[in-house]
Amino acid sequence: MAQKIKVATIWLDGCSGCHMSFLDMDERLVELSEYMDVLYSPYVDQKEFPEGVDLTIVEGALSSDHDVEMIKTIRQNSKKILALGDCAITGNVSTMKNLYGTRAIMETGYGQNADHNESGEYPHLVVPKLLDRVHPLHEIVPVDYFVPGCPTPADAIYTVLKALIEGKEVNISQLTRFGK
Amino acid sequence: MIKQKVRVKTFQINGIDVTGRSDSTILEVAKEHDIHIPTLCYLEGLSCVGACRICLVEIKGSNKLIPACTGKIKEGMEVFTDTDRLHKHRKMILSMIFAERTHTCSVCVSNGHCELQDMSVELGMEHSQVPYLTNRFDIDASHERFVNDPNRCILCTRCVRVCDEVEGAHAWDLVDRGLDTRVIHDMDDPWVESESCTSCGKCVQVCPTGALSEKGVSATEMVKKKSLIVNLLEMRNRER
Repeated sequence: MAQKIKVATIWLDGCSGCHMSFLDMDERLVELSEYMDVLYSPYVDQKEFPEGVDLTIVEGALSSDHDVEMIKTIRQNSKKILALGDCAITGNVSTMKNLYGTRAIMETGYGQNADHNESGEYPHLVVPKLLDRVHPLHEIVPVDYFVPGCPTPADAIYTVLKALIEGKEVNISQLTRFGK
Repeated sequence: MIKQKVRVKTFQINGIDVTGRSDSTILEVAKEHDIHIPTLCYLEGLSCVGACRICLVEIKGSNKLIPACTGKIKEGMEVFTDTDRLHKHRKMILSMIFAERTHTCSVCVSNGHCELQDMSVELGMEHSQVPYLTNRFDIDASHERFVNDPNRCILCTRCVRVCDEVEGAHAWDLVDRGLDTRVIHDMDDPWVESESCTSCGKCVQVCPTGALSEKGVSATEMVKKKSLIVNLLEMRNRER
C-alpha cells in the first residue's frame, strides 16, 4: 500500500461547524483513515504545527495576529491548503465586523454590553491581538482548493477528499456552495 | 398607422442555424431555440438594461463582448455563448458583484433561494477573485411589511423596472454613482414616507437576492414568487 497522506486540520476564526461536518462523515472516516494520517488537528493532541504536511484543511477566517502567523506557518509546512467553509473562503460572519471596525466591536463587547469592566480596558495579554480587518485565507496566502458551505456538507468533504486521494478532478460547485 | 413589416433574420448561435424576428435580442432568439445563456438582471416581462453583464456573448469578427439581453440580432452574425473567454469574464464579473457588497449568504433571508447564490453554482465560482470591499450601507426597515438592505443589493434594477413598468408608480430609482449607488424611494426618503410607493410588494418578489425582503422572515425563509410578473402581464392582456 502506498504511503498515507499526511493531513492537518485547524480552525481559525470559525465556529467549528465545518469540523463537526468533518466528523459527520461517520463511518467513512474509517475508510479515509486507510489513506490519511492526521498529524495535527483539534481532533488530536499535537501542540506544534508539524513540518512536511501534504494537505492542511483550514476552517475559519483570519481575524487576529495569531491567525496570520498560523496561516503563514501552515503555508510554509504544507504542500496543499484546502479552505473549508465560507469563513475561510469569503470571511462569512467573521467579516461582518469589517463593516463597523474592530474598535467599535471591542467597545460594544467590553464596554456597552459588559456588566463588570471597571478598568474599561480590552483584553490584551495572552489573547491574540485582533486585526483591523478580517480576511479570507486567499487574501493573505495562496490557497489550492476552495470548498465552500456554511457548514460544508459532510458528503462534499468526503467526495473532495476521496478525489484528492485518487487524483481525480471534481466540480466543487456541483457539491456545495456559499451558504447552504 | 403604418404597420412595420416584420422581417426574419437568420444567423448562428454556437454553430447552430437560428432565426428570429428582426427586432429580437440575441437572448430572446437563444431562448426560443433552447440555447441557455446565464442571466441575472434579466427578468421575463421587464425591459432589458444589461446591468449585470453576466449574459455577455462573443460575436465573430468583433473584439467586444456584448450582453445578449440588449444585443440586437443581425443577419449572418455568428454568436458564441459558451467559450473559455466568456467563462473567465463571467466568473470575474460574478466575483466583483459578490465582493462589491457584503452578502454573507449563511445568515441571509434568501439563503437557499437566491439567484446570486445559484449563479455561483452555475458558473463554478467557489471563491472571489477580488478582495471584498465591505462598504457599509444603512438598512431601511421603516416600512411596515418590507426591508431594504443595500448591503445585499447587486444593482440589477429589477425593482426600479417593475415599479415603473408594471406597477406604474416609479417609486424606486438609483442615487449616487459607482460603488456608492443605491436604490431609493422618491428623494431618498425612508420607505415608509414614500408618497409614490403603493406598497404592492412587486419589487420584493422580483429582487434576485435578499436585498428586498418581507419583514418577519428569518435566514433561509424568504421564498419569492418569481412567476408573478409574467402571470400579471398575461392577465392584463387577456382583459383587453
